[in-house]
Amino acid sequence: MSENLIEVRDLVVEYPGKGRRSAPLRVLKEVSLDIRPGECVGLVGESGSGKTTLGRAILGLAPVTGGQIRYRGQDIAHMHRSQRRAMGSEIQVVFQDPYTSLNPSMTIGDILAEPLTARRVPKAQARERVKELLDQVRLPSDALTRLPREFSGGQRQRVAIARALALEPSLIICDEPVSALDLSTQQRVLDLFVEIQERTGVAYLFITHDLAVVRNVSHRVAVLYRGDIVEWGDAAQVTSTPEHPYTQRLWMAAPVPDPDAQEVRRAQRLRLLAQQAELDEQAGAGAGADEALPRSA
Amino acid sequence: MSEALTTQSAPAADPETAVPSLGRRLLKDPLGVGALGFLLLVVLAAVFAGVIAPYGWNDQVLADALQGPSSTHPLGTDGAGRDVLSFLLYGGRFSLASAALAVVVAVGLGAVSGLIAGYFGRWFDSLGSWAANILLALPAMIVLLAARSVVGPSAWWAMGIFGVILSASVFRLVRAAVQGVRNELYVDAARVSGLSDVRIIFRHVLRVVRAPIIIQVASIASVAIAVQAGLEFIGMGDPEIPSWGKALNNGFTKIYQQPMLVLWPGLLIALTCLALTLIANALRDALENTGATQPKAPGHAGTPGATQSSVEDVPLLEVHGLRIAYGVPGGVKEVVHGIDLDVRAGEVLGLIGESGSGKTQTAFGIMGLLPVGGGITGGRVLWHGEDLVSKPAKELAALRGNKIAYIPQEPMSNLDPSFTIGYQLVEPLRQHLRMSRAQARERARELLARVGIPDPARTMRSYPHEVSGGMAQRVLIAGAISCEPELLIADEPTTALDVTVQADILELLRSLQQDLQMGVILVTHNFGVVADLCDRVAVMQEGLIVERGDIREVFADPQHPYTRQLFDAILSEDDVRPAYVAREMAR
Repeated sequence: MSENLIEVRDLVVEYPGKGRRSAPLRVLKEVSLDIRPGECVGLVGESGSGKTTLGRAILGLAPVTGGQIRYRGQDIAHMHRSQRRAMGSEIQVVFQDPYTSLNPSMTIGDILAEPLTARRVPKAQARERVKELLDQVRLPSDALTRLPREFSGGQRQRVAIARALALEPSLIICDEPVSALDLSTQQRVLDLFVEIQERTGVAYLFITHDLAVVRNVSHRVAVLYRGDIVEWGDAAQVTSTPEHPYTQRLWMAAPVPDPDAQEVRRAQRLRLLAQQAELDEQAGAGAGADEALPRSA
Repeated sequence: MSEALTTQSAPAADPETAVPSLGRRLLKDPLGVGALGFLLLVVLAAVFAGVIAPYGWNDQVLADALQGPSSTHPLGTDGAGRDVLSFLLYGGRFSLASAALAVVVAVGLGAVSGLIAGYFGRWFDSLGSWAANILLALPAMIVLLAARSVVGPSAWWAMGIFGVILSASVFRLVRAAVQGVRNELYVDAARVSGLSDVRIIFRHVLRVVRAPIIIQVASIASVAIAVQAGLEFIGMGDPEIPSWGKALNNGFTKIYQQPMLVLWPGLLIALTCLALTLIANALRDALENTGATQPKAPGHAGTPGATQSSVEDVPLLEVHGLRIAYGVPGGVKEVVHGIDLDVRAGEVLGLIGESGSGKTQTAFGIMGLLPVGGGITGGRVLWHGEDLVSKPAKELAALRGNKIAYIPQEPMSNLDPSFTIGYQLVEPLRQHLRMSRAQARERARELLARVGIPDPARTMRSYPHEVSGGMAQRVLIAGAISCEPELLIADEPTTALDVTVQADILELLRSLQQDLQMGVILVTHNFGVVADLCDRVAVMQEGLIVERGDIREVFADPQHPYTRQLFDAILSEDDVRPAYVAREMAR
């Protein structure tokens, strides 16, 4: 087995509390995870579980209060900003919202050339590379002179992917990259992600709340629940025979696009909820405090 | 709502009808063009004063003093026998230049400090804001008079100091704009690409603050000209330099002998300030109003004589040939092209489609709640056989609160953050059902308990930001069912929620629908949600319904190619990615 590309060890991220005296908000509680070169790791969780924060911490955009993030053996969590900038090309990002992640007043050509010019790539060479990138994400070359607003959500997301690829990174953090897209567009963009990975060997941290998506693109899956990774393993195993009760609840909650199968799943889910509520009551853990487990009406 | 917005902004996406450039938009505003022309004239006249002016500014011919307008002196002469026109032309140089100095100082100081404070924040932000607050609190005139006693009668100094005072407003403006853009995702993306802060500021941030700064410059210049003239008028200027304010002062001392002398400089100052203000307004209009969407009166081109089925089998709601259109620059854009729908009592109809298919427009159209600029241009909406399209707005409103209820996509943005949840539930109950306060409160508590909120009393005292998205959606559902409606229109009610919360909300909707025997129109893009809850489904594509039918039939054997395409796009549960294979990275 080749060595890990990135290793997250006991990562803690805290945001300062609102008042002077209030305790800091602990978003990630000693999270550990690793990604191998060319691998896609899916990160699943609900809103507020800290999945976006984990991605931002790896990108250097969130305050790390404890633990380590090692990139090819080197700790990048506590790096100075200028050092970080020097290695900036290695880890890139694709955000969820294709509407706000592209500067509306810049042409597609300028957006794609920006990371290259920041690295002082000569103009002619940058222009070549931009054309290559458009080709890679299957956009027509006349897109160069047009503005983001002339493109649909799926096309904009392709531009964002091209921008992330510009500097040939070894890891791309994909933060819900298909959640804002329509069903048919979503599938094509996912296929593009997989295809690019197979061709270039780039690794992904694929953050999503959509279980079908994570199953489709990931090699391994981590399930994040309230700042903790509760389950972590091969995608096939985690998505078909989940062990942690939360993961089970998560899988059961997603409705199946088939009326009869959904009826079965609905019944299963209600049974599971009843069982877990009973267990909680026996354990005296105070199920009422658990908001993710409300009594079904 | 988001649906409505995307449809409205759709024309801008078309390169043919793209928003015209700033210059062209500005030229469309006659006031702005006039003001710009006038200002240009004044500036050119001042610059070329040496060529245009018939005399020097200080050429005194005492014999000709205090003359009215004549062929040799077009605007007459002042008390020292100087030509008024020449004095004003030369005076323009100083008046405009000193105003420009104030603007340059204000923008230079304010914009730079605002950028730093807004972008980096921390101690500089606190210090800058503190300084700006002090500057804003200082009475400018008194500071300028005090400064004169220290630095002498130099008007340049005065205007420089005035620029510092004005910089506070620029600082605030720029700081707020920069703070707004600092957290945009594209700024994060640039940071990740390895751009330095300086580059990010120049490439991304400056573009955003450019427009407000330009507008502010025009209004600051107008203030500077007025204040400068004011200083000169009270005699606090430099006696060696001609200016508009001094011309006003000269005229004022001779107001009984030659009243016209006050008129010319006064008119010039007023018109210049007016021109600058008008330019600022025109700029703001041009920069901030892009797509000009004019509202369009809906024409009731209803097709009469549509099917009138037998009385006992009248569905709850029937829609015939519904057309919805929006006014766009240069015409009308139809987004729903004549669709038919019907919902029976106690039946759940799924309306499924991708963004831009017109499903939300249809829902809003049925309720008569289309956003400004939109209207029903054809067809009928029959409620128990009665047409709603031609009903007066007041009757529709009564129907909406009572018989037709609505659940939105974004629960949070549909609750008012400044009122408690209890208040927002109780008030409509008192309005619609004429309950007393105590009765309404009791009913609200019951409703909250019914929608599965664990501690209704506490939730009623909470403000919307204190509850989760799922709770907020439960509150809105409680509000929607409070009048026991016959029809519930739910527009993507679970899209913004987590999957486990979604399952709970769907469960709640199912049990409520069965208890109250409501008809439901469920707008969604999720086939799983349709499979979970609906009896029948209608598939929408680009403003048309392409397929409809019993849910089991449609799911088992979709007929239309578009429906099939949608089903194919669903990620199958069996599609698991093949296992990871390590390979040599050639990097």
